[in-house]
Amino acid sequence: MSRFGEYGGQFVPESLMYALDELDAAYRTIVPSEEFREEMGYYLSEYAGRPTPLTFCRNMSADLGCKVYLKREDLLHSGAHKLNNALGQALLTQFMGKRRIIAETGAGQHGVASAIAGAALGLSVEVYMGEEDMQRQALNVARMEMLGATVIPVHSGSRTLKDAINEALRDWVANVQDTHYLIGSVVGPHPFPSLVRDFQTVIGQEIREQVMAKEGRLPDVMVACVGGGSNAIGMFSPFLDDPVELFGAEAGGEGLAGRHGATLCGGTPGVLHGSYTYLIQDAFGQVLESHSISAGLDYPGVGPEHSFLCDEKRVTYQAVTDTEAVDSFLYLSRTEGIIPALESAHAVALARRIARDREKEDILIINLSGRGDKDVAQVAALIKEGP
Amino acid sequence: MSSRLSGAFRTRGGPLIVTCIVAGDPSFEESIRISRELIAAGADIIEIVMPFSDPVADGPIIQQAGSRALAAGMNTDLLFDLVREVRRETAIPLLIMTYANIVVRRGIPRFYRDAADAGADGVVVADVPLEEADPFCTAARMAGIDPILFVSQTTSPERMERILAKAGGFVYLVAALGVTGMRDDLSPQAIDLLRRVKQKTTLPVVPGFGISTPEHVRQYADAGADGVIVGSALIRMIGDRGTPMAEQGQGMGDLVRAMKRSAGRG
Ligand SMILES: Cc1ncc(COP(=O)(O)O)c(C=O)c1O
Repeated sequence: MSRFGEYGGQFVPESLMYALDELDAAYRTIVPSEEFREEMGYYLSEYAGRPTPLTFCRNMSADLGCKVYLKREDLLHSGAHKLNNALGQALLTQFMGKRRIIAETGAGQHGVASAIAGAALGLSVEVYMGEEDMQRQALNVARMEMLGATVIPVHSGSRTLKDAINEALRDWVANVQDTHYLIGSVVGPHPFPSLVRDFQTVIGQEIREQVMAKEGRLPDVMVACVGGGSNAIGMFSPFLDDPVELFGAEAGGEGLAGRHGATLCGGTPGVLHGSYTYLIQDAFGQVLESHSISAGLDYPGVGPEHSFLCDEKRVTYQAVTDTEAVDSFLYLSRTEGIIPALESAHAVALARRIARDREKEDILIINLSGRGDKDVAQVAALIKEGP
Repeated sequence: MSSRLSGAFRTRGGPLIVTCIVAGDPSFEESIRISRELIAAGADIIEIVMPFSDPVADGPIIQQAGSRALAAGMNTDLLFDLVREVRRETAIPLLIMTYANIVVRRGIPRFYRDAADAGADGVVVADVPLEEADPFCTAARMAGIDPILFVSQTTSPERMERILAKAGGFVYLVAALGVTGMRDDLSPQAIDLLRRVKQKTTLPVVPGFGISTPEHVRQYADAGADGVIVGSALIRMIGDRGTPMAEQGQGMGDLVRAMKRSAGRG
């Protein structure tokens, strides 16, 4: 199954099919094996700090008028959910007998997670990162280098996440035999969208157990931000067949009439990075530059499974502007004493919008996909500038 | 097979020189002038590359040419205008090379019909492997266009048989792992692959990727290639700021003539 409805597929140069077939076989045989699951269990619990808490937020609940919980991926080692996938794929790389990992990164969180996983598992790590993102996320560049990874600046195209993925794919075509491409979200050709989803599904599985233990029932609403869509799909997957309302917050940037990264809200289907999925593109199929205040959501594509869930109307996707995200960045910091990643602040903003029409007893869960240390300097500068 | 393509491969005495240009680099008018230079120098086939914003199979030379063309306003409507203009001037086969999204966005059947109407003979889509090829091949054949497919050093023997069963026009042999771009040496694996593919098909087999010098052409001629695709080595000459266009065209013509001599067809 390489498709979600009509979305997904394997639009790659012929030379890469060898690597995708090999990865698909590993996905089907190694990942479900007892040995792999045991190793993965060790790394997730002993090393990464799972399970992460499901925090009942007293102040936000009082303020918004329903029961608000945060899934605390910000407390995972590395500071974001990206490590779940990075550890999974790095371990798979080891099982496949490869020694070199390449990765792309936007916000730098996936690059940091890959560098951590590489260090822990003894793999060499090279991370492609757009020049513009290297400036926006200088702290994470330093972290990656500290962890022994090599950061390769990408000067082509828009010099952001999309172009970093292009460069990583080019590297992979040239080095398929000894290299694994550790892609950072549920994007790319099959099997990546399924593989990455499976590694992130631990988020939703834990939520299910935790909310049952605390409330004795399933939540009413869940909200996550959607860049490529990995933290969202990881949260949503175990609930797709349940009566739980699901919301995805896309990067509304300057608003849908201006520059944005809200692919599902403002895009059309097409082929990018190996998948048929919604894109921000022109009438001739040239992919346009996206814009978001948060580097991790600044991507003109989206995972193909989200395109499917959007068409099916199983998940509702809404755009959150840069201004709303910064406002919710400060809101969560001051209301709960938790500084969220700017990406996650989009989910907080959408949750505040949705909470208006909720009953007091309704349970609303926000996926707090990462912590905001990396964004503090950027937001501080914005505040100084004034509106 | 399109009659122009099969005719070209039938009447030769050494590998055909397939020359690439990027449509609209540096401008629509210059693309027409460059095509004229290539045809005058003896190019056997012209491959017109329609640029895409995210060309993952291309190295820096073709990436930059594509960016120049898109910045100068190239688009798919103009691509077909360009093919039509070149077709008016020559009877040699014309190929279009592009990426899946350019075709998908126009509508797959419509893209191939437009290509045929403009006078193209074959279409190559860099990121459509066997798994995704069906709608593209079907639309191509309906329109009378040859669907050109790739084989690579990483293609398994079983997979190669399935590709050869579907391919039309000729087999595009990916002669170097990695992206398009100039290479110093030609890989022994590519020569070996060429021999293996030749044994398995009656279609012409044409290596591309990295073919940069007349010496490379001679080696492929010796190994039995039916053609060679020359991309970056030619496209590199365009957009050399400071060099007048006429000289750039002259340089491209000289390289084609030298390669034709190495192919034993000078
Ligand atoms: C904290 C955080 N959340 C969310 C994202 C967006 O990615 P995804 O949509 O795959 O979860 C990123 C990406 O860098 C991130 O760092």
